[in-house]
Amino acid sequence: MAFSLRGVHVPHRKNTLDLPVVRMDPPGVVTIPMSMHIGAPARPVVQAGDLVYVGTKIGEAEAPVSSPIYSSVSGKVLKVRDFLLAGGGTTSAVVIESDGEMTPDAAICPPTVDSRDSFIAAVRASGIVGLGGAGFPAHVKLNVDPSRIEYLIINGAECEPYVTSDTVTMTDRREDMAVALEALKTHLGIKSIIIGIESNKPKAIQSMKQLMTETAQGCTAQVKVLPPMYPQGGEKVLIYHTTGKVVPAGKLPIDVGCIVLNCTTIAAIGAYLKTGMPLVEKCVTVDGGAVKNPQNVIVPIGTAISDVFTFCGGLTEDPAKVIYGGPMMGITLPDMDGPILKNTNAILALTVKEAKLPKTTACIRCGSCTNTCPFGLAPAEIMKAYDRRDAERLTELSVTACMECGCCSFVCPANRPLVQTNRMAKIFLREEKAKEDAKK
Amino acid sequence: MNTTLKLAVSPHIHSGRSTAGIMRDVLIALLPATAAGTILFGWRALLVVSLCTACCVGFELLFNLITKQDLTVGDLSAAVTGVLLGLNLPANVPLWQCVVGSLFAIIVVKCLFGGIGCNLVNPAITARVFMLVAFGSMATQAFPTMVDAVSGATPLGGSVTDFSLTDLFLGLRGGAIGETCALALLIGFVYLLVRRVITWHVPVTFVGTVYILSFFFEGMDFDHALAMILSGGLLLGAIFMATDYVTSPSTAAGKIIFGLGAGLITVLIRYFGVYPEGVSFAILLMNILTPYIDAWTKHKVFGVGGKKA
Repeated sequence: MAFSLRGVHVPHRKNTLDLPVVRMDPPGVVTIPMSMHIGAPARPVVQAGDLVYVGTKIGEAEAPVSSPIYSSVSGKVLKVRDFLLAGGGTTSAVVIESDGEMTPDAAICPPTVDSRDSFIAAVRASGIVGLGGAGFPAHVKLNVDPSRIEYLIINGAECEPYVTSDTVTMTDRREDMAVALEALKTHLGIKSIIIGIESNKPKAIQSMKQLMTETAQGCTAQVKVLPPMYPQGGEKVLIYHTTGKVVPAGKLPIDVGCIVLNCTTIAAIGAYLKTGMPLVEKCVTVDGGAVKNPQNVIVPIGTAISDVFTFCGGLTEDPAKVIYGGPMMGITLPDMDGPILKNTNAILALTVKEAKLPKTTACIRCGSCTNTCPFGLAPAEIMKAYDRRDAERLTELSVTACMECGCCSFVCPANRPLVQTNRMAKIFLREEKAKEDAKK
Repeated sequence: MNTTLKLAVSPHIHSGRSTAGIMRDVLIALLPATAAGTILFGWRALLVVSLCTACCVGFELLFNLITKQDLTVGDLSAAVTGVLLGLNLPANVPLWQCVVGSLFAIIVVKCLFGGIGCNLVNPAITARVFMLVAFGSMATQAFPTMVDAVSGATPLGGSVTDFSLTDLFLGLRGGAIGETCALALLIGFVYLLVRRVITWHVPVTFVGTVYILSFFFEGMDFDHALAMILSGGLLLGAIFMATDYVTSPSTAAGKIIFGLGAGLITVLIRYFGVYPEGVSFAILLMNILTPYIDAWTKHKVFGVGGKKA
């Protein structure tokens, strides 16, 4: 293979790696948005005053690409209100007052899975979406012609600094993962499973090696230990480093015979198949210099971030930034009222010092951006082309291939907003294309 | 908690590398060569380097103030240009020429083209070439007589043996302040590699090309070829000036082409040109070709074009 994918060595800061995972007490109130996934929002099916239990459906998925939503606590629905999503856009959210009992819904029972269709229906009903952060409904990914699937790749790379929730899932939830893998093998005919983990997580590697040995019945199953280099967990990077396959720009993993699922997604599928309890809680890494007791916490979905911080001993100083996810690709939040979502893997409260970025100065053409871009893009050139809104040049520079990992901005000695400009350039090209299509 | 949270798009952390940090590393890497020059050529050498540095920084500051731009002297790039220019001059150069050379490097070559990152050619190299041409025989006249024997006469063969390889390695020969002591320059090279300020590509291919071509021109004599790479301004140029980010290619492939080209031009000038030394011209010419080399050697984008996987 001609490619050697580059990347950057980010500071790992995996402070929570060896700490015990704790379960949070039920919060007083949860706010559960109807859009915690890519695709059509769910439609609320409860009203103010309704009594709900843990696992009671509160949002119905109607479109093919959507995901149902369940109550994470037992208690009473206070209201259904408008909700502003962190990434922009609005949806509705169900606000539930918890009775503190966490009584499970009486109707919860393990699903009957005896065929491919019933398996995919079960995954859809579980409310599971891509738990690594993307939030793409898992059932859509799995609903492909099984003959097209050559590899199931499990993403255990977890290359973002601070975040360890996937790693603790791999060490603590091997049984759940085994159940899911058996079902995937049986119903989708998976023949080859590879799990990619960065080498700085020896415990997880140990655990997954055991899982792969147990799973190897009737298929090949292996752990691929990867160098700890960001963005090892980028989907296309992971596929290349585990199978050697190149996913062409603009194509999906399935186009080269791969399905990539996060290890936590796998564990969640297994747990659902075992118990029938849909996705109502999430293991979240709570870290950042402003958090008193950084740790991994199992949190009911919809819990306010401020409640989670309080559970972790509160904040020791005013944070400069509060982030959903890791510091390389995470989204900043305007306040701490926002809820934990299905695809939240970490919340970070960064101190002023941690979040300090240097001043932006002139490009010195050092080439660091293009020499660290995993895909070999030329961010400095893209910036020049975007500054003059040169659609032709941007296309030539393949800016649409950018996965927005942020390596370029991270290494730029002039701290130029490179990945930020790539995003703008991608939007610009989309708009230009729409304009052209409208003309036709 | 009563606090204003900052909203921004990712990434939220930075590697901590900065332009000033990189330039500081280059200045540190130039210390051994400056010290060696001072020991070999006396205090006047240090005066020349200091004067050039002060003038370069001063002119950039003045330009910033007159044009009402942000002050850029803090990025230390003007200081690097000044030190490099000084190290490229003989110790007995008239001081007024240092001032004019610095003015040319900073104002004409750098600031008028838009300041740091925008200059087409390396300011220090271009100023050296300018001074060589503008002040007539300044460069050779001012050198101690030994230097003519080395960089002037070597292509004729035989006279390189006037100096032992040890003398050449330690810098016991005539020449510009910073170019003679190979040992000091190599210490700087190692420092820059360790600090990941530069990669090996340009210096190794540049010096390697000169070595291999000289080997043939010197009648397959290993020692003579080695003497050729220890002579003139090759190491100073290859390590510190041909690796200038702004005026050299970004990708590894581009850097190799740049080094090969610079090595070839250096040897051609040394053996066939009217000037005794060709390193400065070689770098200058390759600087001009850099945009084209960059265009030819862009990385292939992952998953775009080529055969389908």
